[in-house]
Amino acid sequence: MTRFLHWVGVHALAIAAALFFVLPFVFVFLTALMSDQQALTRDLWPDTWHWENLRTVWETPGFLTWWKNTLLYAGLGTALTLLSSIPVAYALARFKFRGRNVALMTVIATMMLPAQVVIVPMYLFWAKQLHLSGTLWPLIIPMAFTDAFSVFLLRQFLLTIPKDYVDAAKVDGCGEFKALVRIVLPMAKPAVAAVALFQFFYCWNDYFGPQIYASENSAAWTLSYGLESFKGAHHTNWNLTMAATLLVMAPVIILFFFAQKAFIEGVTLTGVKG
Amino acid sequence: MTSLRQKHRRETLRNLVFLSPWLIGVSVFFVYPLVSTIYFSFMKYDGFRPPTWIGLQNWQYVFTSYPFFWPALRNTLWLVVVMVTLRVLFGLGIGLLITKVKTGAGLFRTAFYLPYLAPPVAATMAFAFLLNPGTGPVNSILGSIGLPQPGWFNDPSWSKPALTMLALWGIGDLMVIFMASLLDVPKEQYEAASLDGAGAWQRFRFVTLPNISPIVLFAVVTGVIQTMQYYTQPLVAGKVASGVIGGAGQQFEPGYPDKSTLTLPQLVYHLGFQRFDTGGASVIALVLFALAMVFTAFLLRSMSERSAV
Repeated sequence: MTRFLHWVGVHALAIAAALFFVLPFVFVFLTALMSDQQALTRDLWPDTWHWENLRTVWETPGFLTWWKNTLLYAGLGTALTLLSSIPVAYALARFKFRGRNVALMTVIATMMLPAQVVIVPMYLFWAKQLHLSGTLWPLIIPMAFTDAFSVFLLRQFLLTIPKDYVDAAKVDGCGEFKALVRIVLPMAKPAVAAVALFQFFYCWNDYFGPQIYASENSAAWTLSYGLESFKGAHHTNWNLTMAATLLVMAPVIILFFFAQKAFIEGVTLTGVKG
Repeated sequence: MTSLRQKHRRETLRNLVFLSPWLIGVSVFFVYPLVSTIYFSFMKYDGFRPPTWIGLQNWQYVFTSYPFFWPALRNTLWLVVVMVTLRVLFGLGIGLLITKVKTGAGLFRTAFYLPYLAPPVAATMAFAFLLNPGTGPVNSILGSIGLPQPGWFNDPSWSKPALTMLALWGIGDLMVIFMASLLDVPKEQYEAASLDGAGAWQRFRFVTLPNISPIVLFAVVTGVIQTMQYYTQPLVAGKVASGVIGGAGQQFEPGYPDKSTLTLPQLVYHLGFQRFDTGGASVIALVLFALAMVFTAFLLRSMSERSAV
């Protein structure tokens, strides 16, 4: 009997908590499908379902461009981060050299550094010297030179791979690089997947970077930056604003259902092994 | 001897090749801008005319005359104390709850986790709508059951609690971290405690808590560091609530309502990119840097205790 009451109590509490997490999505969804007028009332349920709101948002000038820009930033950014961060993480996990601890501390310091600390000189560098403001390149190019969080996460994971595997490969005549690609990387797949996802979402969600570099040129805006201006374009048309919000959230949520395991493993990696 | 030296040289070369992306990256995107920021903090520079040396004037201006600095620092302190504490407690609570759920655990876990993935701008816009005092569903529900209806993002005394609710909604990462560490607590310790007659609270206090305390510390320190960087949510919330139209060239006085959502990162943007005061922005950036590094030192200590580095 007490066991049953315990079961009921736990599940009642879980349902209450789940409502707190799920209801905002539900209200956003319901409002996104209301008429302009009804969205300005206190109604919770749409009188008629205005599915065409989603199409209206989709066909708003610029919206498709922002999608393309976001995909470019997130896709290219993630690929470059992986390419540049994997060898560095491997070196920091495996090689012994003078200054390795200093290097590690620097990685952690840059990881914890708010982007705003270095933004003024960086902006001047990209805008005045390389004339690349109004584009997303100032955000993408640095990723060809590693990302501290990715390096750190990968390195923590690579430490858990026994050294013997690499040594055995070397005895068989493998060079260090070949050992990394052939032996270590296949074993590090979960960490690589987690890093890729985190970096993809970092770019997808980034607001500050596009605000600094791309704000002057709406053809270079990303979804995260453009979404806010969407509210402006339609003043307080909450229905269209929420429809746009829904469309920006959707890809993230869809991807989650395909890559749940990698997400959860990645977060666990940051907390437990990190 | 020569072969040993050759081997050493070869290894150094190999290390340099592997580390080269990072070596370039950290010099160009970390060391160079940091040194420039220090340099600019002593300069009068509007980004157009050449910089001129003015000594400590920027520092003096930020600390004594810039009306946004102290409110931003006070808000950060408020957010650290209230938001970080609640996030850790709530994250731990949800983590505990999910380990106890027997039926539909996967479904509950997904529900608790999903908001963490919502892009911050989208999540903030959603909350600005949900908490809209006039037409938002939260106040209409509160009203229909006869409870007071706060002004949320439009009321200076409610805007930070509203931001806290938004942060609690996106707790999924902490939930997963706590869940993993709770599942790692050795079962035998619970059994031993039960045999000694420990109740549920005592088991939590004397078995669970000591086992997960490094994770709690980690969550607190990373929470503080995240709060130092808090930018998008307070800015977007303030913009949406005040009805400012977003986009290029739009001037927005940050902190709406009444400076209550100001944070230090917003000041870097406001001074550097809206008022073209590179020197003042650099001073704020260095204050931010100092704060971030103090808490990073704590983080390093907490991680070395867990021998993670």
